[in-house]
Amino acid sequence: MDTRFSDEDLAFRDEVRAFFKEEYTQELQDRMKDKTTFKAAVVEWQKKLHAKGWIAPGWPVQYGGTGWTPTQKYIYDSERASAGVRDNVPFGLTMVGPVIYNFATEEQKAQFLPRILGSDDWWCQGYSEPGSGSDLASLKTKAERDGDDYIVNGAKIWTTYAQYADWIFCLVRTSNEGKKQEGISFLLIDMKTPGIKVNPIVSIDNHHSLNEVEFNNVRVPVANRIGEENRGWHIAKSLLEHERTGIAGVADCKRAVTEIKRLASSEINGGKALIDNPNFQSRLADIDIELMALEYTELRVLASLSGGGAPGPESSMLKIKGTEMQQATQTLMMDLAAHYQGVLPADLSPEVLGHSFGSQARQSFMYGRASTIYGGSNEVQKNIIAKAVLGL
Amino acid sequence: MNFDFSEEQSMLRDSVAKYVQDDYDWETRKAVAASEGGMSAKNWQTFAELGWLSVPFDEQYGGFGGGPIDVMVMMEEFGKGLVLEPYLATVVLFGGLLQKGTNDALKEALIPSIIDGSCLGAFAYLERQSRHELSDVLTTVTAEGDDRVINGEKVVVTNATNASQFIVSARASGDQSDKEGLSLFVVPADSDGIELVSYRLMDGQVVANVSFNNVRVSASNAVCAEGDAWNLINNVTQDAILAVSAEALGIMGQLNSKTVEYTKTREQFGVKISIFQALQHRMVETFMAYEQTKSLLYRAVCDFEADKPEKRESLLALKIMIDKAGKLIYSEAIQLHGGMGITDELDIGHYAKRLMMIGTTFGDAMHHLTEFTEARYAN
Ligand SMILES: Cc1cc2nc3c(=O)[nH]c(=O)nc-3n(C[C@H](O)[C@H](O)[C@H](O)COP(=O)(O)OP(=O)(O)OC[C@H]3O[C@@H](n4cnc5c(N)ncnc54)[C@H](O)[C@@H]3O)c2cc1C
Ligand SMILES: Cc1cc2nc3c(=O)[nH]c(=O)nc-3n(C[C@H](O)[C@H](O)[C@H](O)COP(=O)(O)OP(=O)(O)OC[C@H]3O[C@@H](n4cnc5c(N)ncnc54)[C@H](O)[C@@H]3O)c2cc1C
Repeated sequence: MDTRFSDEDLAFRDEVRAFFKEEYTQELQDRMKDKTTFKAAVVEWQKKLHAKGWIAPGWPVQYGGTGWTPTQKYIYDSERASAGVRDNVPFGLTMVGPVIYNFATEEQKAQFLPRILGSDDWWCQGYSEPGSGSDLASLKTKAERDGDDYIVNGAKIWTTYAQYADWIFCLVRTSNEGKKQEGISFLLIDMKTPGIKVNPIVSIDNHHSLNEVEFNNVRVPVANRIGEENRGWHIAKSLLEHERTGIAGVADCKRAVTEIKRLASSEINGGKALIDNPNFQSRLADIDIELMALEYTELRVLASLSGGGAPGPESSMLKIKGTEMQQATQTLMMDLAAHYQGVLPADLSPEVLGHSFGSQARQSFMYGRASTIYGGSNEVQKNIIAKAVLGL
Repeated sequence: MNFDFSEEQSMLRDSVAKYVQDDYDWETRKAVAASEGGMSAKNWQTFAELGWLSVPFDEQYGGFGGGPIDVMVMMEEFGKGLVLEPYLATVVLFGGLLQKGTNDALKEALIPSIIDGSCLGAFAYLERQSRHELSDVLTTVTAEGDDRVINGEKVVVTNATNASQFIVSARASGDQSDKEGLSLFVVPADSDGIELVSYRLMDGQVVANVSFNNVRVSASNAVCAEGDAWNLINNVTQDAILAVSAEALGIMGQLNSKTVEYTKTREQFGVKISIFQALQHRMVETFMAYEQTKSLLYRAVCDFEADKPEKRESLLALKIMIDKAGKLIYSEAIQLHGGMGITDELDIGHYAKRLMMIGTTFGDAMHHLTEFTEARYAN
């Protein structure tokens, strides 16, 4: 057991740090914050990472991965978070990308993988339906064969960023025979295909990232199916369990703790800085201690993966604990903002408003409520641990 | 001993409940929230006609002579409907300061116009730096003959854009957080030197930062003895804490019952999700949190009604619980609604947001715990 960084690790850290400092400019970040320039700015940033060769740390080297050691992945993510650099949009790079290199034909790989790495296509995930959330396998959107095409009918919901997407990867029903899991196929659908309609859903953070996507007689080439017909569930599950660095968001939480400490030193209540209030300290310490533990839980998982182990139900624990910690830091940030925690964006400068972080705290907190719901709710993750780990 | 409401209190509660039920449905509420001032003048007139604006005022000014229990039963019903009209700002805070102050001429001039609905008020007390410390006041007031000149800025002032009159706290003497040396003045909103910067909060309120630049009022606008306002501020904010706590209880009850209802209709895995014990136990927890909050509310309100010496501690316990139980209840309500709970369209998120704002109004749990632990455990 040894968790010291080698000289090479330290050199790598310095390189990563310098790259972010140089390339993740304030000007770029400002464009990411403006919804009219958001997509272009994010793509621009991801293209920079691609040019540097750092866009897909989780991918095998042969497909464009970095070949980093677990330590390097850890260093990269820590540096990314502490520099406040946004994580990549996951739908192409960490969701459908691995599905394609694991299950697709060579032709499909050649068609899609380079464009995912280059952020040339924006992807979205079409799994959930109005009637099928936690019980994903009950999904009803159906795809019926018509010569070399499927005709797709149905609706997906909660589809993040569908409004920007060029492609959607979907689970569709191709058979009603047998177990519900056995009639599902995995389809890639061009969002420009006639018959697709995207309806916006405004979320609790007053933003529009969610959508409902309707399919009315949408014609999809059978060539866009990944894997065999009716084997989509197997593929989808392997995606869910696929290695994901930073699934717990520890690095981002650590950064939030640092930010909380900084802000709490200048929030004065009755002549005393909040950071010196024992009630505040004990809440922050609770978070800090859980995070110290979670950081090593994540490292243990990373290390076992690099030794050839399979990511199993441990990823459920990372998800549960990680999202709980995210919500705890978001809640504490709201309490720090006190009366300003409810401020909606009104184009008032911090000087005029009298506060610098209330509106941002609100937005992160409100959207953060979703982290324990999406990606398999925390209740569902607990069911998985109960069954798969504890054998209950 | 009993926990029953009097006949009058029951009638009052029923009249608000009926109004919320019949005239304040979700669409109506959404329209009010989207309106310029975040309230409806027409609704306010109805409140006046129904006598609700008279509840806590003395009979000699046309009031109903009610106490904290009367206000509580109304506020709980307002909470259930997420009513946006400024009862707290105008009646409980602005009106309460006048009523419990010592300036009879101001009472005669203003309380009847609060009761008839023609005067909306706001209490401008918070400052950028003050967080939850009400005595942390940098706004100054200086004497110039019979005039008083006010300078400073108040922030996040509720109902400021609608109010025709403010009561503003200002420092006549002493240091930043001293409890001595504070004064309260009635300041007409159209006075020279007042500037508003308004913005919206997530709970539907329109608030403003209000700057006072050499604002001149007569010394006769002092709500109580100059330099001696701390007790009045403290008393009235205590009433306000009881009021918002009752509002919070109404919200908690709604969140809990809506969540139970939702789990009984939503199906996954071929069954209603309410049959999952993991969810049942959490709904039992939120039910218990609601009942415990109600108990602390009743405890505090009874202590205040009877003016018991331990009333302050009961109030602190209540406000701490409001924050703590509130966090639990809105978190579970959103979580158990799944994706639906994350939409702006569903009312759940809006109940959550108001509950969050109440948690921080007049001090959050972290703030009040300091005083509570000192009061109970310090040697
Ligand atoms: C912000 C956000 C972004 C999303 N983005 C996408 C996306 O891009 N693509 C996509 O396909 N989907 C997306 N989703 C959908 C997400 O995966 C679903 O919301 C999630 O699977 C839960 O489904 P549901 O909303 O239908 O809730 P339900 O399944 O109805 O669950 C309601 C509640 O019941 C609980 N529950 C359900 N079953 C059980 C059980 N067996 N035991 C105990 N408790 C249970 C749940 O945990 C939850 O608390 C997103 C969701 C959100 C909120
Ligand atoms: C100090 C003590 C004094 C007692 N005195 C008396 C007495 O005076 N008279 C008397 O008749 N009995 C008495 N009991 C017995 C007591 O009523 C039982 O221990 C109790 O009913 C639990 O039953 P069990 O011990 O068989 O545990 P089990 O029923 O086997 O339960 C084991 C665990 O499973 C949980 N569990 C069980 N069923 C469920 C479920 N459906 N959902 C979720 N969780 C569940 C339990 O909460 C517990 O944690 C006493 C027990 C103790 C410890």
